[in-house]
Amino acid sequence: MSDKTSKTTRGAAKLALAAVFMFSFGYLLVPLYDVFCDLTGLRFTDEEAVALSPQELEEDTSRVVTIQFDVSMNQGMSWRVKPEMQVMEVHPGRVYTTFYSASNRTAEEMVGQAVPSVAPIAANKYLVKTECFCFDNQMIAAGETVNMPLSFMLSPGLPPNVNLVTLSYTFFDITKNASAEKQLDGVLAYK
Amino acid sequence: MSTVAAGDHHDHPESPYSIKRWLFTTNHKDIGTLYLWFAFIMFLIGGVMALVIRTELFQPGLQFVDPQFFNSMTTMHAIMMIFGVVMPAFTGLANWLIPMMIGAPDMALPRMNNWSFWILPFAFAMMLSTLFMDGGGPAGGWTLYPPLTLQTGDALPFVILSMHFMGLSSIMGAINVVATVLNMRAPGMTLMKMPLFVWTWLITAYLLIAVMPVLAGGITMLLTDKYFGTSFFNAAGGGDPVMFQHIFWFFGHPEVYILILPSFGVVSSIIPTFARKPLFGYASMVYATGAIAFLSFIVWAHHMFTVGMPLAGELFFMFATMLIAVPTGVKVFNWIATMWRGSMTFETPMLFALGFIVMFSIGGFSGLMLALAPVDFQYHDTYFVVAHFHYVLVPGSIFAIIAAVYYWLPKWCGNMYSEGLGKTHFWLSTIFVNLTFFPMHFVGLAGMPRRIPDYALQFSDYNMMATIGAFGFGLSQLLFLVLVIKAIRSGKKATSQVWEDAEGLEWTLPSPAPYHSFSTPPAIK
Amino acid sequence: MFAIKRLNAWLGLAFISVVSGSAFAGQPINMPPGVTDISLEVYNMHMIAFWLCVVIAVVVFSAMFYSIFAHRKSRGVTPATFHESTTIEAIWTIIPFVVLIALSIPATKTLIDMYDTSDYDLTVKITGYQWLWHYEYVEDGVDFHSKLQTSLSQINNDEEKGENYLLEVDNELVIPVGKKVRFLITSNDVIHAWWVPDLAVKKDAVPGFINEAWTRVNEPGIYRGQCAELCGRHHGFMPVVVRAVPEAEYQQWVAANAKPESATEYAAISE
Ligand code: HEM
Ligand SMILES: [Cu+2]
Ligand SMILES: [Cu+2]
Repeated sequence: MSDKTSKTTRGAAKLALAAVFMFSFGYLLVPLYDVFCDLTGLRFTDEEAVALSPQELEEDTSRVVTIQFDVSMNQGMSWRVKPEMQVMEVHPGRVYTTFYSASNRTAEEMVGQAVPSVAPIAANKYLVKTECFCFDNQMIAAGETVNMPLSFMLSPGLPPNVNLVTLSYTFFDITKNASAEKQLDGVLAYK
Repeated sequence: MSTVAAGDHHDHPESPYSIKRWLFTTNHKDIGTLYLWFAFIMFLIGGVMALVIRTELFQPGLQFVDPQFFNSMTTMHAIMMIFGVVMPAFTGLANWLIPMMIGAPDMALPRMNNWSFWILPFAFAMMLSTLFMDGGGPAGGWTLYPPLTLQTGDALPFVILSMHFMGLSSIMGAINVVATVLNMRAPGMTLMKMPLFVWTWLITAYLLIAVMPVLAGGITMLLTDKYFGTSFFNAAGGGDPVMFQHIFWFFGHPEVYILILPSFGVVSSIIPTFARKPLFGYASMVYATGAIAFLSFIVWAHHMFTVGMPLAGELFFMFATMLIAVPTGVKVFNWIATMWRGSMTFETPMLFALGFIVMFSIGGFSGLMLALAPVDFQYHDTYFVVAHFHYVLVPGSIFAIIAAVYYWLPKWCGNMYSEGLGKTHFWLSTIFVNLTFFPMHFVGLAGMPRRIPDYALQFSDYNMMATIGAFGFGLSQLLFLVLVIKAIRSGKKATSQVWEDAEGLEWTLPSPAPYHSFSTPPAIK
Repeated sequence: MFAIKRLNAWLGLAFISVVSGSAFAGQPINMPPGVTDISLEVYNMHMIAFWLCVVIAVVVFSAMFYSIFAHRKSRGVTPATFHESTTIEAIWTIIPFVVLIALSIPATKTLIDMYDTSDYDLTVKITGYQWLWHYEYVEDGVDFHSKLQTSLSQINNDEEKGENYLLEVDNELVIPVGKKVRFLITSNDVIHAWWVPDLAVKKDAVPGFINEAWTRVNEPGIYRGQCAELCGRHHGFMPVVVRAVPEAEYQQWVAANAKPESATEYAAISE
């Protein structure tokens, strides 16, 4: 009997452990999701400059792709942001630079974060940014207008049926979070 | 950790009127009874919420409730019915039946069994209390999608906490079932001799242990996003609101099978009894259940076809979903083959089981249509989906639970229920359930979105019909209550066999079943 | 006892008449075939899937009801004892499998078409707000909000409800017929979904992310839809209305509504 009891207890403990593991697995889904997105090109996850390999830098002048620049403001974001150009015709394999201008017409200093998104989904993987205002948050003083540069390239692997790519940025107002972070940094520094 | 119950208690229960008996009981039958009554009470509360919804939708225009309250009714109704009715009712059945079916004296972990039940009343009291909080109850749908759900007022942490409790309760219940099935079977009761109800529950229990914690993780992320500055689902901080949907449905699709697999077990017990013929394809039923459980982990994104997935993802989830319909179909074919050339009678449990087969299949058919991704663009988030899941859940899961109650009630309380009234209950339920949910296919196809408190004029006739059906269905269930109470208090004495050709260890016990079932293991043929 | 039996017989009859009667109320009960090639394909696939289900249902339920009729104890039959047949089980696993795969093939084709946004003629950016839509004609420089026009007194039942109750907006989305219109869909706050049944376009509007969809309308007309994803209190009150007009009429409409100043602003910045 006691043998059976301890077997039962051990079995139950294992199952409880499995449940705990699955709880962690829920969190593990977060990095897994990123990996999945990178593989399928579903979303941008690494927001940092990408080093380009030489063969990627082979310009394909025989091909012209239209790039459309777009911008949205999220709820509560009052900046006016415009792309320098609405559309550009580009060759895959060449780095181009353009900029977005943003103005903060409020009386307060504000911090914004731009989140990029690409359509069609199939083009996502092939739009490579070497420099982008979206890598960091942007601070704009009251009433100021700034020009924010963007350097990008379409890598030559872009599927042949894609002749139009839309690059869209949504700006979020993160002034509150940013100031909270700064305070926290201050506290840590003081220590 | 508590130990095996056999013999460590006095043999007779205290009086049923003693509160202490129910609070501290570790007896699987007492706990089963508690679960079942709890589920019934939640069924009434969730049912009243459904009637609030249907009342507002009786006619176009806003008549009775504020749209925000309407949204919290749809949200709460779903949470009550899923976590408060179907899941506890199944756990109640498992408690009552599994030990008797495998020749065990009790559940393996009786003390934990007590906790896993008593968590529930607190969890649901907390959930219901959020309706009275500042900002109202949760109103973002039972799917809790951010960012909308993050707009909930003071209620959010309480909603999440109570869902944690519900999850904890069902995980404990599931661990208990697995421990019982794996360790407590009478000698000779091999796995492939177990009744299908035990098999389906065993697989359900594994599903529960696998996915309830994932839900817990997801809703914890919601909580920390709202109150602790994380940004799992906030694009500004590098997160993604769509990721929540992936996490939710990774839980959610196995969850819908959690809500149906034990019903398959119930129906697989009832049909052979009243067809007087053994279940057709026992082994394939077991494999089909396993296949469904496995496949249920790789189809989740069929709930997200319109969210903007890569083409390859869309195709993968479409094909996988198509696949899952196959083992589901196999089950239906097997039940019909069981009936084929049997010698059938149609007592109430059989009627409900037959109703289950037909109407669950209707839900399966609409599921199949929903699986076609490009067509789902038209169906998604309309009343067509509402019709689909109500067909699989109401004349599906709920009918199976009702069938189970009729079937085993004489064993539980020792008295027969009134057969005539039982049949009336069946016909009323069947008429009204169809009157309620069939027209929802029509309005859904014609373009009515789900979760709206008011609608365009071309949807009015069928909405009116659905509302009438809903009231009829709700009232019919009161007849069920009366019938059950009558049977408990009086009625023709049941034999131990109860049904002429019922097979299984539970029928070898006297009716009502003794407080402790198999103190010495029975001999298995 | 006899009375209850009679009652039950009547209930059985009532059930049958309810099921058959419900199809005669005269309001729409099916998906519209719509006004685009894609919507027609979708409609056809829906009907094929539906009839397939009907056929399977007829076969399976006939077997079941025949059995209920013929194999009942009251007819004095003795039950058979068979409970297995690998052949039959293999057959009814494989046949559905093949049928379902066959069903998925046209679906795959349509899906690929739906994802192909190349060679478009114009782009409209759609942004969902709690609780209205914003439309921006990217190339043509027109942009405006579009919100519910039904009066509160109609909603509160103080006034008779109009024909397009809840499906009418102040500014309709005007598009040219015969042209491939590409939609970029996003949201300002929570998730919404932009849906017009006649175009068979439904796509979620997710904040921080743009989704793509497209349509090519074959017939001029007004097509109505609604937000399909729960987005809060007034989710039921943010309709979509699309007016498809001939190309020439569209150009006139653009000329009358374009805002030249947005173009000049671009010029000023890029100097
Ligand atoms: C033949 C098997 C089935 C198939 C192929 C199937 C397919 C689907 C699909 C594709 C959807 C998503 C529809 C949409 O939102 O656009 C769905 C929704 C749903 N299904 Fe099924 N289904 C099946 C069986 C079941 C069963 C057995 C249950 C539960 C007992 C169930 C419960 C649900 C629920 C609750 C939803 C809606 C969830 C929500 O959005 O709130 N389904 N089903
Ligand atoms: Cu699912
Ligand atoms: Cu909405």
